[in-house]
Parts: sequence; structure tokens; C-alpha cells
Amino acid sequence: MKVHEYQAKELFRQYGIPVPRGKVAETPEEAKKVAEELGGNLFVVKAQVHAGGRGKAGGVKLAKSVDEVYEIAKKMIGMKLVTHQTGPEGKLVRKVLVEEGLNIEKEFYMGMVIDRQSECPVMMVSAEGGVEIEEVAKRSPEKILKAYIDPALGMMPFYARQLAFGLGFTGDTLKKAVNFMTALYKLFMEKDASLAEINPLVLTKEGDLIALDAKINFDDNALYRHPEIAELRDIHEEDPLEVEASKYDLNYIRLDGNIGCMVNGAGLAMATMDIIKFYGGEPANFLDVGGAANAERVKNAFRILLSDPHVKAVFINIFGGIVRCDRVAEGVTKAAQELEVKVPMVVRLEGTNKDQAMEILKNSGLSFILADSMADGAEKAVKAAKGEL
Amino acid sequence: MSILVNKDTRVVVQGITGKEGTFHAKQCIEYGTNIVAGVTPGKGGQMWEGKVPVYNTVAEAVEKEGANASLIFVPPAFAADAIAEAAYAGCKVIVAITEGIPALDMMKVKRAIRDTGARLIGPNCPGVITPGECKMGIMPGYIFKRGPVGVISRSGTLTYEAVWQCTTRGIGQSTCIGIGGDPIIGSRFIDLLKLFKDDPETELVVLIGEIGGTAEEEAAEYIKKEFNKPVVAFIAGRTAPPGRRMGHAGAIIAGGKGTAAEKMAALREAGVHVVESPAEIGATVAKVLGK
Repeated sequence: MKVHEYQAKELFRQYGIPVPRGKVAETPEEAKKVAEELGGNLFVVKAQVHAGGRGKAGGVKLAKSVDEVYEIAKKMIGMKLVTHQTGPEGKLVRKVLVEEGLNIEKEFYMGMVIDRQSECPVMMVSAEGGVEIEEVAKRSPEKILKAYIDPALGMMPFYARQLAFGLGFTGDTLKKAVNFMTALYKLFMEKDASLAEINPLVLTKEGDLIALDAKINFDDNALYRHPEIAELRDIHEEDPLEVEASKYDLNYIRLDGNIGCMVNGAGLAMATMDIIKFYGGEPANFLDVGGAANAERVKNAFRILLSDPHVKAVFINIFGGIVRCDRVAEGVTKAAQELEVKVPMVVRLEGTNKDQAMEILKNSGLSFILADSMADGAEKAVKAAKGEL
Repeated sequence: MSILVNKDTRVVVQGITGKEGTFHAKQCIEYGTNIVAGVTPGKGGQMWEGKVPVYNTVAEAVEKEGANASLIFVPPAFAADAIAEAAYAGCKVIVAITEGIPALDMMKVKRAIRDTGARLIGPNCPGVITPGECKMGIMPGYIFKRGPVGVISRSGTLTYEAVWQCTTRGIGQSTCIGIGGDPIIGSRFIDLLKLFKDDPETELVVLIGEIGGTAEEEAAEYIKKEFNKPVVAFIAGRTAPPGRRMGHAGAIIAGGKGTAAEKMAALREAGVHVVESPAEIGATVAKVLGK
């Protein structure tokens, strides 16, 4: 799960990680008030959306007065921010974070993830701050310093020292960096984060280390034990159809194509998208109806995938193992009847009671296009979407 | 021969009295799996379905019934505990079906059980089957047939698809393992390739990967250097958008890493027969085996 920068920074504060003074605002008036409270004559107004690349897209602006903060916030709130991560449709800005401006001496990068290869937390730092870390990784990987942390030991000071010395810190700054990393590790582990990124981490002219930006993602599987984190979810940031699907425990991800897919199992669902592409079509979505593809789930799945106006054909690909195919066929038939599906439906069922299932579909009075293999189904779905079937 | 499980495997089912546990334990017994005990803390002393003794702890099941493998159906919040209990009680094969275990729990428990000698399969997987001998999992037993193909897969239903393509061509399997869709899993491709290498019955291995992580690239490296049997592979998720979790917790292209294209290229480079379409797995296996 993703959270907003202002929410991440609130968590940072709770763990004693230094962040700029500031507050979130939902109206230009509120933004101005925050600036007045902050005082001084340099402010930063930052659009709060779940996407990177905000700076280049005009979602981060400097202001030299409280009136300027008002003007910027007025333009920013309600605008569609288009960054390289939002897609062309952009994201609606509903809130801005207003912060004090800092005297920046130098910018750094700090990040933390669970490394899948070594199966332990890894903390990464780089003196190349403020730029995309993937770029640094590609261009000069030696500039990213890493510490693989033994979770049984936790964040021992030596790991942090190693990284801090690597960044060229000494004396008081070194101590601050060690404390910073120790606190970040603690937050990451206690709240079941899956990724934390501070880009840039800045050293101010006054000698303070401050998280100028803050990004943190959490492990969805662990949200049950962190209700305070689960509360931070902002459904405005998600696709409405995906939000709807999540209510029914359906795994749905909207894509750009026109062939709606309904599949049981994540791997088979991905493979179904792939095979559609293989035959020259484009999948409209990823949808895993789960192991128990019963009538109710199939109906909800149908409703959701058909709400996407781009869908010109549907491909149902179910491997009925423990769930029998005849039961799936009954569910599909019932759902299609109730929802009065208008687009062509290609159905491929394999597994237990396949023949009975095909009979049910044939005798349903609905115009299902039956397929006898995954390849056959994909070919037919591609043709159907082009209106050739 | 086979790997991991066979007719002598004595299985304890953790969470046997739950809905999932009961349903699948019955299916396993029907298939012929030797389920010798169940464990549900607090329900010790009961007789499940009138035929399998239930114990409070795995240690008791090991001591009294000689259980040497555990099949786990407990909910995600208690699954890491169940895995550790099985390992410390002496179970040598542990299959965790549970989906939704926090990654940090898996990270800790996997390190903790390293020295017990237990081999963990999963979590978030369909389990392990040696056709005709032992089914420790939730897969439909009838689609399998005994034969020369070993299967290792990160997916569930896509494995069934691949197996079915083989079985309907008359090509059977030695052992099939669903290793699970999570970022941290007990056994990776490479761990099981090593076992298949030494299994005389296995003539060919089907490897089914997907986007996310670098387990396929590691496998490719190993295959190139040491694996002496043909491998047929399919990687799911060529059309998956980056940054999105495709159902499985581990199926995500993060920071531009873990794409299907990279994995396919690495496997091809290692001499693996990489199929472009998931519908071609069975036919390719048949061709490579000369059938």
C-alpha cells in the first residue's frame, strides 16, 4: 500500500526522523494559514499524489511569501498532475503539503527494501541525490552503497557507520546520519514497510540532515496488524474499478486493451494476457477470480470488467481443478443472463466435467463462443474484439 | 524415484480442523497420501473424521505417529509460527499453502529454520505431488500422471495447465512443485533443480516463472553451469505493467527489474527451451523428449 508524502513524514516525525516543518492543506486558504504559522520567507508547496516525478511535472513549487503560497496552492489544488508515473490522464491534486524552505548544502539518496535475493533488509545510500536512483543504478552502480542487514542483529551501528563514512560524513554529521538510519530501520521493521525512499535527503548549511522527500510503501499482507497504517489508504488515488474489485476480494488491474479477461489464478491470468498479445490482441485487464470461481464471484467479476467501456470482447479462461467446470459454467451462464452481456464472450473451460460444462454453455440460449484450448480461446477472443467473429 | 515426497511420507496436517484443512486433507487421503495426524492447538485428543488423530503440537504428532512432513493450512497471522513449530519438531518437508503471510515474517522464519534441515515449500503455493504416491497440496490429483517430467512453478493454475498439456499427450511427471508466488519463499527454482539433477527418474524439467525478483536468472546461471538435463520454461507476465502487483505478492516489476524479457533472455542464454506461448509448453516438452 502506498501513502502520501505528508503521511510518510508524519510517521517519520513519530520515529524521530528529521523532516522539514510543514502541514498538509486542502484549500488555498488553509495553505496560506500553514505558511503564516511557519513564518520566514521561503516556502515549498508540494502536490500530494501517489506518483513520483512531481517536481518536473510542476507539482513542487517554491514561494517567497504567504501570498505566493496562496496563489500556487490555488493553481495546484484541482489540477491534473501528469508525471512519467501517472500515465497521460494524470492524477487529480486534492491536497498540498506546505513546508518551510531549507538552506541546502548537498543532496543525497537513501532507500530501504527487502532484498529478495539475500532475503534480508538492505539499506542503500548515494551521494547522487535528487535524481532517479534507477538512472544512477544503470549509469554508475558503484555510486550506490548498500548494507545488507542481518535481521537477527538489527541495525547495528557498524552498518550505518559504513554507509555514513561512504557518503563522506564525519564528526557530528556522522552521528546524525547513524541516528537517522537507525530510526528509519526501526520504522521500516515495526510497521512492516516494503519500501522506503528519501530522495533527496539533504544536508543543510546549518549542518542538519533532513528528509526533504519521503516515500514509504507497506506490505499489504501485514496491514491486519497495523490498523493505523491501513487507515492511511487514500482510495482517490486508486482506479475506481480496482477499488470496487477489492471489495469483493477480486484481483483486478485495469490495462489499456479491449479484451476483458476473467481467469482463475494469478499465474494463469498473466499467461492469458500474454497469449492474447501473442495472437495480436490487447488485454483490457488482469483479473483473477480466485480458486473458488462460484456464481457470485463470476457475476461480480463480469460486472467489473464490463464497466470498462473499452472492452469489446471477453475471454473467460478457467482451469477447473477442484472447482468443477460444470459449476463454473452454471455461474458464467447465470451471470451473463442477469447482466445482459452485449459483447462476444469466448469461454474456455478445462478440467473436471468439461464436457458437461460445454453442454451447459451450448444449451444456455446465450451466444457463447466456445474454445477448446487456451490458444484457440485467445485467437477467437482477438478476432471477436476486431469484430471478425 | 521422485523428489521430496513419496509413498513413505508420513504427513501431519496443521490446521486440519479448519474448513480449508478439512476439505483438502480429505482430497489428499482420497489420492492416497499417508496422513498420519492433524494438529490444531486446543483440539488435541479428538479424532478427525473418525480416522485421523488430532494433537495439540507438531512435536506430539512426530513422536506418536512418526510424522516427517507437514502440510500447513493455518491463517496468515499464525503461519510463520506453524512453519517454525514444524521445523523444530523435526519435520523434514514443510508445505505451506497459506496465502498472505507478511514478508517480514517469512524473512525471519526462513532464516530461523535454516539449521533444522527442514525443506520449506511455499508459502502461497499449491503444494507438492509425486503422482501415484503422495499429494501434499491442493492441486487436482487426476490431472497428473507418473512419468519423466519434473515441474517447478511459481504459479498454481498455470502449473495445472502445463501439467495437463503434458498428461493429455501421454507424458507423465516425476514430482511437481508449486514453489509459491510470494517474494520470500522456502525453496527457489535453484534449490529444486539440484534435487531433480540427482533424481534418475526425471529426464526433463519444466520451469514456470513469472515477473518479479531474480530467481529465474539465478536458475539460468545454475542450469548453464551444472544442470545436465533439458529444461523447458515459460515466464508469465510479458504484458504486465511495471510497478503493479499482479495477484501474487512477488509478481511485480520494481525499479525496472524483474521483467519477463530479462528472464527469458537469461534462460535462453543458458540453453533452456523458452516457449513464447503458454499453450506451447506440452508440445515443446514432447518435442524435446522425442515423443
